[in-house]
Amino acid sequence: MKNDFLKGIRDGIPICFGYLSVSFGFGILAVGLGLSILSAVGISLTNLTSAGQVAGVGIIAAGGSLLEMALTQLVINIRYSLMGISLSQKLDGSFNTMHRMIASFGITDEIFAVAVSQKSVSPFYMYGLTAISASGWVFGTFLGAAAGNILPPSLSGAMGIVLYGMFLAIIIPPAKKEKGVLVAVLIAVFLSTVFEFVLKSVSGGFAIIICSVISAAVCAAVFPVPEEKEAEE
Amino acid sequence: MSVIIYIIVMAGVTYLIRMIPFTLFRKKIRSTFFRSFLYYIPYAVLSAMTIPAIFYSTGNFATSIIGTIVAVALAYFNFPLIVVALAASAAAFIFGFFI
Repeated sequence: MKNDFLKGIRDGIPICFGYLSVSFGFGILAVGLGLSILSAVGISLTNLTSAGQVAGVGIIAAGGSLLEMALTQLVINIRYSLMGISLSQKLDGSFNTMHRMIASFGITDEIFAVAVSQKSVSPFYMYGLTAISASGWVFGTFLGAAAGNILPPSLSGAMGIVLYGMFLAIIIPPAKKEKGVLVAVLIAVFLSTVFEFVLKSVSGGFAIIICSVISAAVCAAVFPVPEEKEAEE
Repeated sequence: MSVIIYIIVMAGVTYLIRMIPFTLFRKKIRSTFFRSFLYYIPYAVLSAMTIPAIFYSTGNFATSIIGTIVAVALAYFNFPLIVVALAASAAAFIFGFFI
């Protein structure tokens, strides 16, 4: 139990460092949109997700509705449901319902990727992995939110691109290899550009939902994913 | 509206999305369309969020473009996430001194 926890922490150290710098950018972004340091840190502590948080603070800043917030989080984070289903196949016998309910909080792209590569996953391994990763995420947010006010604008401005850079690093390698992903990316980019410049009255959160649902539905129909590929995700 | 209400909704929805399938689901999704849809969703979401927003991300169009070019180039050659992210920011920061 203790060993599993420590192994989780060890495996999570690279995630912790990655999160530290990315969440620094989130902290700056949130404070730049007018949120307090406490709100920014509170969001990171309770959400533990990059894309959802970026869209979320945008909705808060724009004064969007709670329905828009809920639907946006649903669409952006629905991938965690799939990851949860995939990871549930690897859980060891000690993973009872209570452990599942607690450990599910830690399902992020990176934690999922590390956990699913294990032969079998125990609750305390997940807790170790999540604890170290979330520490980096929350502490980085605090540093970014606190420093956002005192850093020179040239530096805090430049940090604003960090999260988007990470998003590109997630999108581009698979888009290079798979036609379906490439087409999904191109459709989504085209639609979001249309929303930005033509259909300006649609708020940001809903625009993301519409763009991604259309794009993913078209690609699911035209480029269905074979069973075995889904398994290695 | 109070920020705390937004945070509760945000965190609540995000937690339920993670918790419900992980806790209740014990078999595989059969529908190829639904599986494929879920497979493409993250890429579609991230693309829609990144473009065109990345071009305004530094507060300066020129430095944002430079950062984007660096990020696309490094991502194309499969550099790790964190390297791509920080290099984009460094490029935007350094280029900012020349304009």
